[in-house]
Amino acid sequence: MISKEKIRELEAMAVKLRRHIIEMTCAAASGHPGGSLSAADIITVLYFYKLRHNPKDTAWPERDRFVMSKGHAAPVLYAALAEAGYFPVEYLKTLRRIGSSLQGHIDMLSLPGIEMSTGSLGQGLSAANGMALAARLDKKGYRVYCLMGDGECQEGQIWEAAMTSSHHKLDNLTAIVDHNKYQIDGRVDEIKSLRPMPDKWKAFGWNVLSCDGHKIESIIESLEKAEKTKGKPTIIIAETVKGKGVSFMEENPLDYHGRAPTPEEEKKALSQLCQVEDFEI
Amino acid sequence: MSERKTAATRDAYGKVLVELGKENPNIVVLDADLAVSTKTSMFAKAFPDRFFDMGVAEQDMIGTAAGLAAAGKIVFASTFAVFGSGRAWDQVRMSVAYTRMNVKIVVTHAGITTGEDGASHQANEDIAIMRALPNMTVVVPADAVETEKAIRAAVKFYGPMYIRLSRPKTPIIYENADCDFQIGRGIVVREGKDVTIFACGLMVSESLDAAQILEKEGIRARVVDLHTIKPLDKELIVRCAQETGAVVTAEEHSILGGLGGAVAEVLVENEPVPMVRVGLKDIFGESGKPEDLLVKYGLTPADVAGAARAVLRRKK
Repeated sequence: MISKEKIRELEAMAVKLRRHIIEMTCAAASGHPGGSLSAADIITVLYFYKLRHNPKDTAWPERDRFVMSKGHAAPVLYAALAEAGYFPVEYLKTLRRIGSSLQGHIDMLSLPGIEMSTGSLGQGLSAANGMALAARLDKKGYRVYCLMGDGECQEGQIWEAAMTSSHHKLDNLTAIVDHNKYQIDGRVDEIKSLRPMPDKWKAFGWNVLSCDGHKIESIIESLEKAEKTKGKPTIIIAETVKGKGVSFMEENPLDYHGRAPTPEEEKKALSQLCQVEDFEI
Repeated sequence: MSERKTAATRDAYGKVLVELGKENPNIVVLDADLAVSTKTSMFAKAFPDRFFDMGVAEQDMIGTAAGLAAAGKIVFASTFAVFGSGRAWDQVRMSVAYTRMNVKIVVTHAGITTGEDGASHQANEDIAIMRALPNMTVVVPADAVETEKAIRAAVKFYGPMYIRLSRPKTPIIYENADCDFQIGRGIVVREGKDVTIFACGLMVSESLDAAQILEKEGIRARVVDLHTIKPLDKELIVRCAQETGAVVTAEEHSILGGLGGAVAEVLVENEPVPMVRVGLKDIFGESGKPEDLLVKYGLTPADVAGAARAVLRRKK
């Protein structure tokens, strides 16, 4: 059982990540804050609770693998890696600058700790399958995690990969959908509906779970259920809110899919993302 | 065609993969429902645990290959050339080339000699689109002997490779396995000083036959097996241009962007000499017997010899 203190600690970390997302996209004057904010709690649980990883040894063969298939949510991953100690937090301000390792979409060759380069949607799950198959071939116990966007599931390759995961009974793989209901052009339901999403994944042979993607306990509980599931891969459909944590982004998620906050908006956003450490015991 | 012994490059691939599988337990092979045709079925039979048939899903195959490579495997991914290059191009670009993964994309049924299946299955653009990718090495072996050497070299080479093989049996150039294959190094297979014919794949044999035709006319043609289209052997190309003063390229591929395009780029910037490209002239193929298609689309020894005569008329 996870302690209340740990949960509070993780909640505080999620706030930190959200502040980083706002600050780094504002500094870059571009980037994707909306889908980064929606994934902040999921990424927090993965990097500060679930993943076995070592920032000092990024090539550790036994490490768990995380593939960020929705590569545009790079800011939240960079924020987590910085807070975990992969590189100094100050470096986050170089996001999207020429010469920076913090590319607009994630690049594994320029930043240690990244398992797969992404940005062209729909490709992460196939790579995650490859890693899970390799773990099996090498008789290694690491788990593979893959985070996808909901709009991303319109890509055909996702479903090719979904068949591969279940065909090979990859129970060492947990996929998560950041179900924030929006894509660039509008509501996913209006652009090209994915409903019924759980049934689709079930029909593709997956164990399907859902969670509140902004509730630490709910995310942890579903990840642990996934780990205990044998004989098939698990997907967690995480119900999330695009722009979560910043009122004016939540209210206008389409505007903030791929637009950074202005300095004025940054101030407003940061005032809503309170410094939780101030209240820590 | 010539009177040389023949063998299919894809058969050589299948055989050498099995040998390599025995030598190296880290090799994993993927196919996309064409294992019987690409000959990876031989590996599948020998090492069922290290073979994955990804079904009719080339994009997923390339992505999965990248994931396996990310975890340290040497991955061979095979399908027909049209699908391995075109259908999965963005996956190759994003998950294999950009990431510099140790994935060897070995395709068969390249070019017009794929034959009866028709234009949908005849990849005549794949060299162009694969060589445009940073980090990608592109190899087109001239025969079955060189194929074996190229596949062995691929295992020792770290990084993404695209290796292009054919469907039909093609003439053996390197008898007695006498082939000094090195990635990125062209091989002069026939000396000559009047004109250089740079060729790859089946067209090396066609060019050697063309050189015999030309010899009877007193034209001494040098023939170079330019098996590695990328990285290109610039030094050799420039030297041959300097020494012979005229160049022909011959490839079973479009004249746009492939071997001919690559050689032209080097010559224009370094040693401009008259040049003629032999290849598919910006046109789709069609169904037919490979040998008939080679005639109809201008890929015979006579066509290469004709190109040599034409370029010699422009030689200063």
